[in-house]
Order: sequence, then C-alpha cells, then structure tokens
Amino acid sequence: MPVLWIVLVVLGLGLIGYFAGRMRALGTAGGDTRRLHSLPSYYGWHALMLTVVPSLLVLAAWLLVAPNWIENTVSATLPEATIAESGSRGLAMAEVRRAAGALDRAVKQGTMDEATVATLHSGVADLADVTARLKETGAIITSDITVSVLRAAQEYRLMAKASGAYMTFAVLLLAAAGLVLALKRTNKDFRARNVVESGIRVILILASTIAILTTIGIVLSMLFETGNFFERYPWQKFFFGTKWAPDFRGDSELGMLPLLWGTLYISVVALLVAVPIGLFAAIYLSEYAGPKLRAVAKPMIEILAGIPTIVYGLFALMTVGPMVRDWIAQPLGLGNSTNSVMTAGLVMGVMLIPFVSSLSDDIINAVPQSMRDGSFGLGATQSETVKQVVLPAALPGIVGAVLLAASRAIGETMIVVMGAGAAAAQFADGPGAVINPFEAMTTVTVKIVSQLTGDTDFASPETLVAFALGLTLFVITLGLNVLALFIVRKYREQYE
Amino acid sequence: MTDASANTPATPRPGKHAGSLLEQNARTLRRNAAERRFRAYGLSAIVIGVTALVVLLASILSQGLPAFQQTFITLEVHLDEAKLDKNGNRDIEEIKKVSTFGYAPLIKTALSTRAGELGISSEDLGVSDKEIAAMISKEAAAELRRFVIANPDRIGETVEFEFLATGRIDGYYKGRVTMESAEKDSNISPGQLQFADALKEGGALSTHFNWGFFTMADGSENRPEAAGIGVAMLGSLYMMIIVLVLALPIGVAASIYLEEFAPKNWFTDLIEVNISNLAAVPSIVFGILGLAIFINYAGLPQSAPIVGGLVLTLMTLPTIIIATRASLKSVPPSIRDAALGVGASRMQSVFHHVLPLAMPGILTGTIIGLAQALGETAPLMLIGMVAFVREFPAAPPEGFFDPASALPVQVYNWTTRADPAFVERASGAIIVLLAFLLCMNFLAIILRRRFERRW
Repeated sequence: MPVLWIVLVVLGLGLIGYFAGRMRALGTAGGDTRRLHSLPSYYGWHALMLTVVPSLLVLAAWLLVAPNWIENTVSATLPEATIAESGSRGLAMAEVRRAAGALDRAVKQGTMDEATVATLHSGVADLADVTARLKETGAIITSDITVSVLRAAQEYRLMAKASGAYMTFAVLLLAAAGLVLALKRTNKDFRARNVVESGIRVILILASTIAILTTIGIVLSMLFETGNFFERYPWQKFFFGTKWAPDFRGDSELGMLPLLWGTLYISVVALLVAVPIGLFAAIYLSEYAGPKLRAVAKPMIEILAGIPTIVYGLFALMTVGPMVRDWIAQPLGLGNSTNSVMTAGLVMGVMLIPFVSSLSDDIINAVPQSMRDGSFGLGATQSETVKQVVLPAALPGIVGAVLLAASRAIGETMIVVMGAGAAAAQFADGPGAVINPFEAMTTVTVKIVSQLTGDTDFASPETLVAFALGLTLFVITLGLNVLALFIVRKYREQYE
Repeated sequence: MTDASANTPATPRPGKHAGSLLEQNARTLRRNAAERRFRAYGLSAIVIGVTALVVLLASILSQGLPAFQQTFITLEVHLDEAKLDKNGNRDIEEIKKVSTFGYAPLIKTALSTRAGELGISSEDLGVSDKEIAAMISKEAAAELRRFVIANPDRIGETVEFEFLATGRIDGYYKGRVTMESAEKDSNISPGQLQFADALKEGGALSTHFNWGFFTMADGSENRPEAAGIGVAMLGSLYMMIIVLVLALPIGVAASIYLEEFAPKNWFTDLIEVNISNLAAVPSIVFGILGLAIFINYAGLPQSAPIVGGLVLTLMTLPTIIIATRASLKSVPPSIRDAALGVGASRMQSVFHHVLPLAMPGILTGTIIGLAQALGETAPLMLIGMVAFVREFPAAPPEGFFDPASALPVQVYNWTTRADPAFVERASGAIIVLLAFLLCMNFLAIILRRRFERRW
C-alpha cells in the first residue's frame, strides 16, 4: 500500500476516534457535560492523538531505517567476485537497485510475470535476453546482467515488498490499538485534558529539538564524509597544500590554502567596501538625518538585504565585471578577465552594506542621549561627539556587526560563483599573480559547488573534498558567529 | 580670594585663546570643516548605497525587459495530407510516426510562399533556401507536430500559425544582433536580416508580448527563443508549498515551547544557541546536508522539489522561530494572567488567547522567511536542481518527487550558456522573481500595518 494511503487511513481512523471518543465520554456522563472532568472535545482529541501520533512516528522511523537495512542485508550476500567486477560495493549495489527497479517495471508493464521473475536467477534463462527485455522497459542497464546481480535484485525486491507489507500491518495495527485503548480509557472521570496537554507538550518539545537535530545532521554528515576523504587523501596535504588541481582521473592536488586565500581576499575587499559605507550610512541616519530622509533612505538600503544573491551574481556577471575590466583592469594592464576578485568583492560589499548599517544603526541608537548631551555641553561638535563618545560606546556592537558581515562574506556562494571565476590562486607563479585583484580567483564555496554538481562519485577524493571544505567553512563561520556573540555580550555597555 | 582675582588685570592674555567670539579663529574653522567633511562622508555613504540599489535594479530591468517580448513569424501552413498521413485513414498512431523532420518542409514551403506573395526575392538578398528555413525556430516543427496530433481532422487544410523566429532574428529587433555582428556570425547572415526586415514590412513578422516565456519549459542550448520559466516556476511553487506546510507548524510549535513553557536549563539553552547559529550558517552548508542526508542516506530522488523543500524548510525554520518568538513576547502578560484567572489551563491560555493575538507577527515572519527561501540558489544547486528539465512535474503529491527546476537555479543555469539570448532570459526570470518577492514583502507589510496591535 502506498505511504500516502497509509497516512490517509490512519488519519481517517483518527477522525473516527475523535467523534467516538467524544460520544463515549458524553455517553458515560449521560449527556450532561457538567459531569465530565474535561470538555467533551478533549476526549475526542485524546482518542485522535493516541491513534495518529504513535502510528505515524513508527511509519516515519520505518521509512528511514528500512531501506538502509535492506541495502545492508542484500549487500552482505553479494559475492566478492561481483563486487570486484563492478569496482566497489557501492557500484555493485547501484546495479542491483537498477536491476530490481527494471524487474518491478517489467512486472508492472506485464512483459514478465512474478513466476518468471522468480525463476530468472536459477540460471535457466538466457541472460542476454533478460538484459534486452529489461532494457525494453526503459530501465537504464549498462552492462549484461549477471546471475548474482539478478539473484540479489530478486532478493532486494522480495525484502522491499515484505518490508512494505509488514510496515502497513504494523502501522495500521498500532493505529487501531491506539484507538481501542483510547476508547477503553474514556469515561466521565478520565482526565482527558491533562493527558492531551502533556501530549501536546511533548509534540512542542519534539518540534523545538529539530534545531538541534539539524545541527547534528550538518556536523555528522560532513564529519563522516570528511573522515572518508582523509582516508583517501592525507590531511596534512589538504590543510597545508599550496596547490589546488583536482583531476578526476586521480592523482589530484587538493590543497586548501589557495581556496582559503581567495575566500579571505574577496571577503576583505567586500568588507573594505561595506564597513565604511555601512558605518557612515548608519551614523548619518541616526545622528544627522531628519525623519523624512530617514524614512526614505533606511528602507531603501535595507532592500539591498532582501535581494537574493543570484541577482547580485547576475549583476556582477553582466554589469560590474565588464565595467571593472574595461575601465580599470585593461587600461592599467592588470588583466583581461571579467571575473575578478574586485568584481566579486565590490558586489559582495554592496550586498553587505545593509548588514553593517542596520545592526550599527540599532547599536548607535541604543547609546543614551545623555552621553551626547554631555559631550555637546563640553563644547564638542557633532562629529567629535560621534567619534569620541558615541562610537567608543557602540564599538563592541559594531565589531559584532562587522564579524557577522565577515561570516556572511565567507559563506557567500552565488556572487563568487558568477563573479570571481573558477581558477584557484597559483602560489607557484609568485606573489604578483596571487595579489592582483583583477585576476580571476576562486573560493571555498565555489569549489564546493563545482565538486558536488554534475556526475559525482562518492568514492573519489575529488568529490569528498567538498565535504572537508564544507566542514572547514562551517567551523570558520561558526567561530566568527560565536566570537561576534561573545564580544557583544561581554563588552556591551549596559545603560538603563 | 575674590579681591585677589579682581585685582588681576582684565587684559586678555595673548596666545591661542585670544580673539573675538564673533570672529572664528583657525582652530574653530578647522573643527567646523572637519564637521562638514564628516557630514559629507555620511551623506555620500547613503548616496552610494541608494545608487547601488538603483543601478542594480536598472541594469537588471534594462537587460531583462526584452525577454518578455518575442519575435514571431505568422505563416499559413498547408497541412499536406500526402506528407502527414500517407494512407489517409487519420490513424493517430500512423500520424505519430511522422517525426519533426517530416514537418519542417511544410514550414519551409509556407515561408517561401509567403515571401513570394510579399514580393521578396531571395536571390536579390543572396540567401539560400536553407538559410530562409533557418530563420524559423527549430521548435516550430515540434509545435506543428503537436498541433496535428491534437487535431488530426485538420490535415489537408491550410491553418495560420504564429511561429517563433530564431534567437538571432529576435536579437536583431532587440538590438543584440546588428548587421555588422551578423557578418561574423555563422548562425545568421545580413541577408537573412534583410529578409526579416522585408517580412516585417509585409506584416508577416512581428514582435509582441511573449506568454510562452511563462508557460514553456527550458529550451535546449540552440533554442533560446523556446526557453521559458514554466517548469522553474512550478518547481519553486512546489517547494514553497512544502516549506509552508512544514516550517510554519514546526516553527510555531518550537517557538511556543521555548517562549511559553520551556524551563531555564541547559537543554533549552542548547536549543537557543542552536537556533541562533543555524540562522547564520552559510546556505551552501544546508545544501551539503541535503545531499548527504536526504539524497545519499534517505535515498530521495535528485532534483526533486521534495528534497529542495526539506532543505529550504531547515533554512527557513530559524527565521520563522525568531519572528514568532518576538511576536509571542510582544503579547502582554496581562492577557495570559486574565486567561489563567478565569480558569484556563496554561495550554488553553496560549492556544486560545496568546497565539491568535500573535498571529499577524507570525505570518509576517513566515512570509519573509518564504521570500528568503524563494530566492535561495546555492543549496538547490547541490541537490541536482541544475539539471536540464524539460518535462513538467506531475500534480502533487507525486509531482513533489519528479525532477523540476527552481527560478533562481534556472537563472544561474541560463547564465552559464553561450548564447547571449539566454542572458536576456536570465534577467527576465530575475524580474519575475523580484516581482514575486516584492508582492510577498508588500503582503507582509500590509499584514503588519493592518493587524499588528501595539499594547
């Protein structure tokens, strides 16, 4: 039975439970709601919850665990020879899965019946013929099928089928049991509201743990694959290697330093644009601007934060890149590429202006007016007040804002994919090539994208390196965020 | 003491404090100049920020608006029975056997006929028959074939069609292709452009609004004129549905727990730290998560809206939770106290009183979170959404598992192609995306203005 149907049936049972529970409670109270412990609807909710929640949880868990379990069991039965033939266990299993899918389709289209499928792997059937017939179903089968693959595929199908049947049975049984239990417990003295409320509380707690689960998921998924990567590639060469030259035929140089250099260089250019502009904009808006200008300029600058990064990427690619090349790089003889550190940095700087300005604006506004008045009273001009009183008081917050902007810059992807280029910095060509901001340069995020899109083989270090890069990125941005939070908390001046 | 000071001479001391109040000394002038400079820096920072926004939008608009226009060639095609249905029995299976190669000559004949009627001589312009046929999009034959298969009874009649002109001809009327560039271009010749001009004069060729841009699927590398954002919009819509259905209830439930029920202990601290950190994790990391967990581990299909929706849900959750908590916090405690005072349980006070009052703020936060998710690109690239998808996904729920594209990813995809016509289409798609975002933000502002209460 398809999962959707199971869910619908369970929900239907739950609905029946709601009305049955309600009616039963009212029945035991002789139709007089005042004699019930809780409002009648709580008895209904109680039955619905007992029916639906445990069964759907089991369903979800089953769907998560069962495919893996089947995969492992089948893969354990594969003979070594088959695995050696396909190259690796993963590839062999992929073939088994494809074959199983093709068999399923053949049965569905009626070109084979279950009985033939069951005898296929006994060695009687002509393998070339079977392959041809499976291909006819539209399945992608590259090589001729072997007996062991067929046997595994058949086993895979049988297990998947059995698992599906057991799952349907277990889930529906659980739903029915929940329904019966709930109805049995229902009588006029049953404290339905308390039970329902503690149930809802559990659901609320579960919902809030998703944040933790996500973090764990991120860290585990990357740690696991990074571990795989370091089994195939020495970590010293990854962290301290100065050359990035992946080669999908093997023998790659996967040093992280050129990518890290590109990331940091572009981020620094972006911050050099964003911090002065953002800070001055914030100062002007909070200290000088009248309410009218503020009402117009502040939202306009904040629109910049709401624009998707792909738009900035397109802007870098079509407008800023050619402009930087034609007006600056070529006249100065510094480069011929539309993709450059400068292009990506400038555009990313524009993107970061609102991050710096709106956070700083809030912080500057939080500095109490009495401090400014004191400064004016001593004869300071407005700019002297800002420079010597307001900014020092707001400094921790501003540093926090800049760090947050830096973490954004380091993790930004689309602008650098479209604006910075794909060639890693070449340390071997001397410092000139690495420092020239008008040359194309690539970053950690660009390489994560390029190593993980398209055809990927999760056994090769060239693909797995993306996870190690991702983990590095995660750690750096996490560090910056935590540092920003720490600085703001620790050094913030508390005014009443 | 006072005597002593009164006795000192009242003559001003010479030195730096000498001077009149009415006359500014050098130091004051310097300080005032510094003040003016500082003010100018601030103003110019704002001007730079606003200019950047204006230039950004202007460049996208100017490059993208032509994408909504398209050049069409109107032709009367004779659906030749001898070519399309040799046996004349209108058997749909037999008609289907005629491939698009069988239809191309019909269009070619129709175009030559039309040119003849308008008195355009191909010899004078120096264009071959093959070049004339190449002026119409390769999509036209497929379009004709679809029409015939849908209406087999019209075979033998002469039907008027509006075919797409090729991308280069289209570019000529949008200023992307000129006579000079055509000379160097192997895909188009100046003769073809003159031919097109003659067709235009005769009324057979026109440029007007292109609905196909919204309804068509992606076009292949050499058919930019037939590329549209239909599949991408549908994919984005599916993902937004998934995000809304998952992120709103989960986010609201989590916020209610954290704001109303959670005791202050290490566990809730851990959750709070996690939420604030997830809000700042680079989006591409979520893409890696989606690839590793949803595709490699759970075995969900690549480039499916379900995976994209799940990844975007995880990304949007922190935004929704933060907005919801702020909104719950702004409901005054007196509301809760009053509810508790008349005998409601804590759960009842929250669900019956606090939550409805906080709803406008929650919805505003949700819409802003959805807007963010709609524009997100990087994580979707990692889960295979960059693939070339020509088939529309089925209706939900099966459609959630079909391959689809997404608007921002489609934009990226087009920018990587060689033909400049795709860049124009990418900008056009961006305009559509920005229009959606504008509507969503506008809705959020209206919700906030209209329903948000201040106590």
